[in-house]
Amino acid sequence: MPTTIENWNPGKAVDRHPEATYEDKERLFLEVKNDVRYKDFIYGCYECGICVSACPSARFYDFSPRVIAQAIAREDVERIYDIITEDIWNCAQCFSCVRCPRQNNPGGLVTILREVSLKNGLQESKDALQGYSRVIYKVMLKGNQVSPDMLQPDFFPDWGPWVQNFSQNMHVWRKAIPMDSIRGLTDVAWRTDRKTLLELYTIWFESGNMDIIKELDESLYDLLTDVMNEELEEG
Amino acid sequence: MTELTTVEQILERKSHPVIRDASVAPTDDMHERLLDLEAKGEIVLQRMKGDFVEFPTKYGRMKKIPIEHTWHHKSCGHCGHIPGYASSILWLHRQFNLDYHDPTDQTSCTGWNYYASGASNAVGQAAVMSRNFAAAYETGYFPMIHCGTSFGHYKEIREQLVHHKELRDEVRRILDKMGKPLVIPEEIVHYSEWVYAMRDRFKERQLVDMSAITATVHPACHYYKIVAEDAIYDPEIYGGQRTAVVTALLEKLGVNVADYSTWFDCCGFGFRHVLVQRDFTRSYAVLRKIETMINEANPDLTVTHDTGCVTTLDKSQFAAKAHDRKVGVPVLSDAQVAALAMGAHPFRVVQFHWHSTDWRPFLEKLGINWQKYWDEFQGDLDQIRAGTKSGVTWQDADTPIKLQSI
Repeated sequence: MPTTIENWNPGKAVDRHPEATYEDKERLFLEVKNDVRYKDFIYGCYECGICVSACPSARFYDFSPRVIAQAIAREDVERIYDIITEDIWNCAQCFSCVRCPRQNNPGGLVTILREVSLKNGLQESKDALQGYSRVIYKVMLKGNQVSPDMLQPDFFPDWGPWVQNFSQNMHVWRKAIPMDSIRGLTDVAWRTDRKTLLELYTIWFESGNMDIIKELDESLYDLLTDVMNEELEEG
Repeated sequence: MTELTTVEQILERKSHPVIRDASVAPTDDMHERLLDLEAKGEIVLQRMKGDFVEFPTKYGRMKKIPIEHTWHHKSCGHCGHIPGYASSILWLHRQFNLDYHDPTDQTSCTGWNYYASGASNAVGQAAVMSRNFAAAYETGYFPMIHCGTSFGHYKEIREQLVHHKELRDEVRRILDKMGKPLVIPEEIVHYSEWVYAMRDRFKERQLVDMSAITATVHPACHYYKIVAEDAIYDPEIYGGQRTAVVTALLEKLGVNVADYSTWFDCCGFGFRHVLVQRDFTRSYAVLRKIETMINEANPDLTVTHDTGCVTTLDKSQFAAKAHDRKVGVPVLSDAQVAALAMGAHPFRVVQFHWHSTDWRPFLEKLGINWQKYWDEFQGDLDQIRAGTKSGVTWQDADTPIKLQSI
């Protein structure tokens, strides 16, 4: 559509995603805006670019924390939808951007945008998290993000022959660690009490976390709820 | 109207160490608000028992660091993939007979997952932190956080809990179901702050001369960038312009700390990237960190103080060889370096065999006959395989290796 004086919208993005209605895009933005942390993360933007100069992702991707802060500050619904569907998964979440002189937190905004994206089942986010489900399964069920048995040559070929050597010796190496809490364990990082895990499951159900998992991956949701509910029922 | 700062004023300020004044800090210190919340009965504020020392933070507030009676909040990445990191921290405590608790009533902070996937929310994350802190409180031990991400994540959640009553109410509702109170410790303490506090005592017991070693330091983003005002700064280290942890330890142990231009850059971990999109991680770790360190400082070692940084910087170097990049710098944590300096066994305690980048030249430069200790460790493994030994224990690992005192 050509820009005329009637449709001129200075500083705001044009509709690059007609597959979603403006109302849907606005609803997503309002979910972001209603997050309890929103007002702590955005105070306006000088457009100074300090966040971009510190950002690792800006060096490797077409990614800009400044654009995110600006779009949010201007409440530019179309641009925010572009960011949700195209940019948020490039962020390294290092929070180098929080050296912002306005005390904005673009990394924190990305965290909220990701959360809203997952809650609403956006396909772009499902694609970005392909292959990640096993990690969610591990951390939500076992209470550890990673475990030794995840270090398999198929998953980490770029880590070199060390991974092969490790996987062949994993069981005996794990027994040769002096800490009682981790010695001998291969499927978890450390030994966790059953009561502790039941409390963790309670948190996932009570905090609404499981609703997010349901939108992200229904099979994973079914698997997790089956195991957790069974454990909780046994007490 | 505020007067503009001149270039001359900036240069003058940078010509001498910065002494910060907490009364004019540019950020809000929420510690007073914690006391208010405690007085109103909204939270339980856990206080340190026993010895503590105080050090200045970025804007001058003094931070209390406990010396013992600590509850060791372990790190997923340490315990899962770099166990010598965690065992070195505890080995150091054991060398000084400092009381500590290694709990099994602890979960991951789950922050790595949250920063990777967004598959949680503010309430869930705050409840996980609060459950862990309540578990520590029940034991009487004070939390010491091993992971840099857990440390940063918890600092940020503490701010959110302090500022948002609705979040506190929701977390309290969940904790009620477990019969736990909403506990916030009076300080959130990272283990590297304890290492910093203990550096003089480590020096007194140093067995290995480190003066031949040149090292670069990678300060961990989530230690000093998230809630930046709650990280330790020291006028004697970098003139108070960068965090002092890690560097102060290395200087105390006689290591030559060399600077490089990309010290502020992250390691490339990326949380999601390191697990499912490592092209970014590898490129960043090698091009912006390792290769820059080699070009500008040619270090024997690089030292950091977080889980993800050790893994990323170490494991990313192998694939870069295929592109003829300059790599080959071993990576350790500050705790591993301190333990090694005090004579920790390279394999039973420091667990070098979990590290990929060739560490042998580094140990040889220290004068440590790694082959001898590797053979000794292989003997342990043979016994474990034969079923005559259940595993390596502290009894095997506590005694420093036999080296001449320096």
